[in-house]
Amino acid sequence: MDYAISDAPAARTPLSRTADNGLKIVVVGGFGVGKTTLVRSVSDIRPLSTEETMTQAGRGVDDLGGVAGKTSTTVAFDFGRISLDRRTVLYLFGAPGQERFWFLWDRLFAGTLGAVVLVDARRLADSWYAIDRLEHHGTPFIVARNDFGGPRHSPEALRDALDLDPRVPLVDCDARSRASSKNVLITLVEHLQALASARETAS
Amino acid sequence: MSRPGRDDDPDRLYTLTGGRSRADGHEFDLVTLVVSESEPRPGMQSEHAAILRMCRLPTAVVEIAADLRLPVGIVRILLADLLDMGVITARHPRTAPARAQLLDPILLEQVLVGLRNL
Repeated sequence: MDYAISDAPAARTPLSRTADNGLKIVVVGGFGVGKTTLVRSVSDIRPLSTEETMTQAGRGVDDLGGVAGKTSTTVAFDFGRISLDRRTVLYLFGAPGQERFWFLWDRLFAGTLGAVVLVDARRLADSWYAIDRLEHHGTPFIVARNDFGGPRHSPEALRDALDLDPRVPLVDCDARSRASSKNVLITLVEHLQALASARETAS
Repeated sequence: MSRPGRDDDPDRLYTLTGGRSRADGHEFDLVTLVVSESEPRPGMQSEHAAILRMCRLPTAVVEIAADLRLPVGIVRILLADLLDMGVITARHPRTAPARAQLLDPILLEQVLVGLRNL
């Protein structure tokens, strides 16, 4: 029975023998907003897909004899990776922003460096919940607007529509472009540096 | 992405892990890098053997899950078994999960340099 392993592992560049520190950045956004495209643009490997399942006690009012007492939450996510130096590997996760995903946030993404909220300006409402949850979890993030053509809102209008904290960077990007996607990640890490130095000053 | 041939029948997953649903006593992060310390032995559970083969060079937990087409939680349990057998080592992320320790300026500078060199 080699049902699960017959065509795995896929041929892909292995990590260096010296790799010993994995880091995480999460790209969150609604369906079709370009998360996997962005990951693919900068990843050393073709994006892979996996999932996590969590069974949780039902939160309903009535316990129907134990039958409906548990619900199972499954979340699928894509990822790629970038070897930054001999020891450090950055994993980029593309994750759905829908409600059930956030039940698994701590289990999957505790210790993440930060997040990119990828938005489609035509469907901003898809991003509200993600921004709210990242703020709730205290995860630093930036917002990147993926360019799908069409009319451009000004950055100010976009910030208003997202009710975005003025300190949170907002960038435009083309997720299909490696240079543009790289710029999104650099903007996030520069933002993290700014937060770190602000914290140092405050203490 | 399509995932042909998947079989996520819960009964099968239950069998794979001997009925356990948690990796007690071990904390494998999604990006913990796993390295085999020995070759598969005859008679070993096929998933255990597959993990040993795919981790001859460092491989993250999440990559193992994708290659085996198993949920991450199941893979964490299989890895805990292998760690208990002493046939793998685990290189855990050096970033502590505590939020306050995440913004390490030296680490962030390393990441930035790496990204700019892409």
